[in-house]
Amino acid sequence: MKTFLRVVIFSLAVIFFYTFYASSMIPQIRPAPPPVEAKLDLGAMTMEQFINLGDTIFHGKGTCELCHNPVGGRAPLLDQVGKRAEERLKDPRYKGKAKTGEEYIRESMKEPSAFVVAGFGVKGTNDTQSPMPVVTSGAIGLKDFEVDAVIAYFQQKAGVSVTVQLPKEAPKQEAAAPAAVPAKSPEDVVAKYGCGVCHKIAGQAGPIGPDLTKIGAKKNKDYLRRAILDPNADIAKECPTGPCVPGIMPQDFGAKMTAGELEMLVNYLAKSK
Amino acid sequence: MKLSSVVFKGAPLLKKKFITALCLLAFLFTPLFLESIKLLPMKAGAAYASEQTAQAEKPSGPEAKSEAKKEEHPPAPKLTEKDYPQVKYINGRIMAWLVAQLHLWFAAFVLAVPILVFIVEAIGMATKDKRYDKMAYEFIKVSLTAYSITAVFGGLLLFTLVIFYPDFMKYMAGIFSPTILAYAFLFFAESACLYIYYYGWHAMETGFGKWMHLTIGWVLNVVGTVLMFFANAWVGFMMSPHGVDAAGVFEGNIWHAIHTHLWNPLNLHRTVANVAYGGSVVGAYAAYKFLSSKTSEERAHYDWMGYTANFIAVSALLPLPFAGYWLIAEIYAYSQQMGITLMGGVFAWLFIIQAVLIGALFLSVNYYLWCGMERSKGADRYTKYIKYIAFVIVACFLVWFTPHTLILTPGELKALGGPYHKYLGPLGIMPAKNTAVNIMLIFTFLSFLLYRRCNKVATVSWAPIGNAMQIAIFVAAIINIATLGIYYGYFTNTVYKVASSVPQVMSTLTVIIACLIIDVFMFKGAKEVAPLQWGKMPDRSQYALFLLAVSFTWLMGLMGFIRSAIRQHWHVYTVFRDNSPDAFTPTIGYATRIVSIGVVIFMAIVIFIFWLAHISGKKSVSKEASH
Repeated sequence: MKTFLRVVIFSLAVIFFYTFYASSMIPQIRPAPPPVEAKLDLGAMTMEQFINLGDTIFHGKGTCELCHNPVGGRAPLLDQVGKRAEERLKDPRYKGKAKTGEEYIRESMKEPSAFVVAGFGVKGTNDTQSPMPVVTSGAIGLKDFEVDAVIAYFQQKAGVSVTVQLPKEAPKQEAAAPAAVPAKSPEDVVAKYGCGVCHKIAGQAGPIGPDLTKIGAKKNKDYLRRAILDPNADIAKECPTGPCVPGIMPQDFGAKMTAGELEMLVNYLAKSK
Repeated sequence: MKLSSVVFKGAPLLKKKFITALCLLAFLFTPLFLESIKLLPMKAGAAYASEQTAQAEKPSGPEAKSEAKKEEHPPAPKLTEKDYPQVKYINGRIMAWLVAQLHLWFAAFVLAVPILVFIVEAIGMATKDKRYDKMAYEFIKVSLTAYSITAVFGGLLLFTLVIFYPDFMKYMAGIFSPTILAYAFLFFAESACLYIYYYGWHAMETGFGKWMHLTIGWVLNVVGTVLMFFANAWVGFMMSPHGVDAAGVFEGNIWHAIHTHLWNPLNLHRTVANVAYGGSVVGAYAAYKFLSSKTSEERAHYDWMGYTANFIAVSALLPLPFAGYWLIAEIYAYSQQMGITLMGGVFAWLFIIQAVLIGALFLSVNYYLWCGMERSKGADRYTKYIKYIAFVIVACFLVWFTPHTLILTPGELKALGGPYHKYLGPLGIMPAKNTAVNIMLIFTFLSFLLYRRCNKVATVSWAPIGNAMQIAIFVAAIINIATLGIYYGYFTNTVYKVASSVPQVMSTLTVIIACLIIDVFMFKGAKEVAPLQWGKMPDRSQYALFLLAVSFTWLMGLMGFIRSAIRQHWHVYTVFRDNSPDAFTPTIGYATRIVSIGVVIFMAIVIFIFWLAHISGKKSVSKEASH
């Protein structure tokens, strides 16, 4: 019995050590929740908002930054692609169908192997095959207007004129929107209503609206509730891109959110200090 | 009195008939297995061909074809939260997670033990050493109860998935129904083989009967392995779907759905890992029996059993990193996005935990070998080297678990001057880790080589040359591995950083194979200076075997989570989205707590199985004594 107890205690101690190590000594990153279709009023978008949307997609849903970053060196940097696109068209290795810089960037997102930058092809293919996934299908699944928004973002970042046209109307939403099911946590509320598309909140870093990660230190619950239900009642002074503009934030959260979701979000924001 | 005499008391004719029946059964099964394996793709191909013929007769046109196909195989459904049934007080995902993991642990064990038993029985036959036969029988006895429990968890997993994920199961069954039927058939075949193998052990102990018995063992292993390959096909399809279009519409060729991009890497990795895992669990069993032994004979037997099980576990553990590397490389090749999410995204920290666990495995294996040197006084010649080997292994372990990118607060970031540590940061990249793990493997092999020769002295005339050759091979390999790691790690483009891995692996394998061949010939007819005294092991050494088994189990749970979780919010990656309330990726702490709960449940059941084997052993002994 003594041996049995010793062995059990030893085994439990090993399991406890591993659990403790993984739970307490390793950074606990909360992965982003599964992407939810944000409801955007595309018809009313300004070019600035459209470019910001492209920025958000580049760093978020598009997962572009996984490879196109200065650290890993797995894929070419895209900060100047808006400018370089025209040069690529003149490259003797270019075999695609694009005629303009905009078309080239769109083609490289939808048919990545149309032109592979030297040194970044799949090993053994002599830079004729790209390891990049098609961004409009599979796990990324960008819609056409989202591809355009990313192109607009690239062009603006490279300092060339933005040639992409603004979308004229909203695309048909697919029927998977889980709006009928009330959210269970503040993070779900944020994900469900797409707050992170504009705001920095709950691990998302929307670049349009005010940073809400420490809003609870400055504003009380009444203010926060009013700001959600009637966004134009008080306009924050500073947004990441300059002074905040009235009318950008959707006005219909009062009609869409359940009372429980609203209170959950208000309490969450009030505690964000 | 022998057990065979108890079973077949005074009935030699019955014994002969029994053996003949077994021969017939084995010959009957073998072609069936081969046929089922061979014909599966052909059957599917034939079905596809007939479907094509039928399609050709209908009004042509790609749209008509597509519509007809969609009628037969609908696209992957787009589910909402409401499509996932909820049961009060039970979280479907955690339930499925735990049950699947428990099924997998037991399945790995019951697939591995027959492989171990087959090898040990074959060695016993070749060497005519009865100890091997006794040990093999004891192994298979332990796995018999585990087999029933594996089936119980398999059934429970099926119920869990049907209850909580009915649409997913419907979709998968729509594609994989032929393999599910084949799986059920193979399960019965495996059961039949296992029971004949176990209950016929003493009836087929000599002469042709022994050969027959070994053949049944071989068939048992083939069936078990093919069974696992089917399960791997389903998992591989979920990770890297093939044979379906972007909407998840099955194209009709079952072989395409089975033979996905990750199927073979998964098959290899799981087969090798199962052997290592089975060895470690049997090693833990032997360790427990060693510690509870009351006589020196028992102690010697279980010491030897623990050593043999550990030897098999380590033999499989050495190539395991290479099989794992191939799997990861293929994940990258299939989807760079998935690969980077795995190794450079939110899952990257899990590999640091993995490094700690594998480090623990290697340290425990080496510690056990060093303690094993106490079995012979002749080992005194080599004990002085142990501290250097230990130093190298710990240093390699530290390199292996050095993280690449640190998650830091802005203050920490400023203090550090960037996301990488000035001196330690360069050690976090893959070539440095590959270098470390290869050197760790080489030094573990060195421990084994020293252990192997601790009780003897080579008497061949070329022994000094042999030793010099071995040293030269070791040194050359280490220099080669280090040079490759440094060159590819720090002087080439990122894309080529992993190019060092294959030549490094080849260097390690060369050391193992070449030095082992030299050693075998050099120590042929060697003079024994101090015989190995089995049982003369400190009790603390046995805890290395427990550490090995517990770490292995926990590691399998962790890696199982990673493999499954890199699909993120997809049931079938990119074609069938998971919209259940639990589709989120949990934090590392959350995941590891679930893994630990699973390990504790698994260990509790394993202890129960060992206890059953123990009381059954007592009964056999008392029966033999009474005769």
